[in-house]
Amino acid sequence: MNTIMSMGRMMLDDFFIRALLAGVGVAAVAGPLGCFIVWRRMAYFGDTISHSALLGVACGLVLGVDLGWGVVAVTLAVALLLLGLQRSQRIATDTLLGILSHAALSLGLVVISLLAGLRFDLMGYLFGDVLAVTAGDLGWIYGGGVLVLALLAWIWRDLLALTIDEELAEAEGVPVMRARLAFMLLIAMVIALAMKIVGILLITSLLIIPAAAARRLAHTPEQMALAAAGAGILAAVLGLMGSLQFDTPSGPSVVIAAAGLFALSMLPRPRYGGN
Amino acid sequence: MPDQSQTLAERECLVEAKGLGVRDGGRWLIHHIDLNVCRGEIVTVIGPNGGGKTTLVRALLGLLPAETGTVSRADGLRIGYVPQRLHIDRTLPLSVARLMTATQPSGRNEVDAALAETGVEALRDRPVQALSGGELQRVLLARALLRKPDLLVLDEPVQGVDFGGEAVLYQLIADLRDRRHLGILMVSHDLHVVMAATDRVICLNAHVCCTGAPHTVTQDPEYLKLFGPHSHEPAGTPAYAIYEHHHDHSHDVAGNVVHEHDHEHGSHDAG
Repeated sequence: MNTIMSMGRMMLDDFFIRALLAGVGVAAVAGPLGCFIVWRRMAYFGDTISHSALLGVACGLVLGVDLGWGVVAVTLAVALLLLGLQRSQRIATDTLLGILSHAALSLGLVVISLLAGLRFDLMGYLFGDVLAVTAGDLGWIYGGGVLVLALLAWIWRDLLALTIDEELAEAEGVPVMRARLAFMLLIAMVIALAMKIVGILLITSLLIIPAAAARRLAHTPEQMALAAAGAGILAAVLGLMGSLQFDTPSGPSVVIAAAGLFALSMLPRPRYGGN
Repeated sequence: MPDQSQTLAERECLVEAKGLGVRDGGRWLIHHIDLNVCRGEIVTVIGPNGGGKTTLVRALLGLLPAETGTVSRADGLRIGYVPQRLHIDRTLPLSVARLMTATQPSGRNEVDAALAETGVEALRDRPVQALSGGELQRVLLARALLRKPDLLVLDEPVQGVDFGGEAVLYQLIADLRDRRHLGILMVSHDLHVVMAATDRVICLNAHVCCTGAPHTVTQDPEYLKLFGPHSHEPAGTPAYAIYEHHHDHSHDVAGNVVHEHDHEHGSHDAG
């Protein structure tokens, strides 16, 4: 009896440790990238392309390829489509984002329902299922995460110049289009990595909330990126522990923890012992 | 008038457009533009909103392709560009010093010298979002100087600058031209203060309506047709006094404006 109990205990620990490792890995990558989404006021943009991730999952299922690749391909395609449509300027950008966001999400849901023969954990994709994280997923998260951070470091200077002022950057010879495309690719990759942790409906929160929480701690862009990674990691750990403790869904628990950190960061700082 | 037989190099021309036309879909944004900016010269482009001023600047900078005509730049030309304004989100923690070196890695001494040249060395560690309109323009000007430009391109440099600051900023730009022997291309929607320092005005409304030294442009019927003879009145700022003053013809001006005008005239003559 005792042996069985301790084995169960070990397995529990094991899945929880895997979940923690996954959450920490994703948060460490999402924080710095999320800073650019906040600085560039692209929260809704991030939402739109993450909603299209479900369509990527559906395409992956249909084509029988790895779902992660399906997600990267489809989200990248939607991001490029958005860039193209924005350029034509026939429709206001927020309307365009609203249309694409919900059309892509609905299309994903419909395609998946047509594949009804499959046993499919829809809720897991929408809101995250950290229980389902496998050792293979961890490999993806850390391998992909290192790749994303390396790419981000490589385009950091250009992307920051672009964020300050696109026209000025262009006039000063910054390869604007390259930086913009690389940024889209990075967002697509992070969405693919983060899907299992918080689900596609909540991915944007993992990008923007830690970044927003880090704002008041930072005096340079780089400090803010590091602080955002730190805040994200803290939120992942707190959220997953809370999820285990109170038996709540893991993705939303992480988001609530992040929102709590953001709220804390907004509290007025005590000065001269006053309120 | 410049001698037409001289080549670009002889007159030390920095940038020249010949028969330049830029089109967006079926609409010509600008067409048949002939323009050059030489070293030591201030050229001001004025015109109504939507008249193609920014399009012209972007085409000269090489950011927009020419549909017709040519744009030629002097060999190894270094351009310092000062945009109209920056839209930096408040969430981006960015100091003035960091803005200065965002695309142009420079040492602390160089940054400090450039900031000092435009009189804002005290702002170096301030967050960019805390700057006033005039302070930001000076920082952007210093930032452009850091590139050791031959040509400065300024897009509405006094927008968002209060009246007193406006005249001082124009004086600073004129001083930079003299000290560094730069060519300066400036876009402006108001003619009056520009005229104090500018050598040549180009009035643009898709095509070049008229061009010449400031005092000739304001008398040109084409210009008056565009803006109306009284277009300067609604704004009602004393800044317009300068515009009136630089004309030989005497318009009726409200007494208080005349008062400000004398004051500003003095500050302009000082430089």
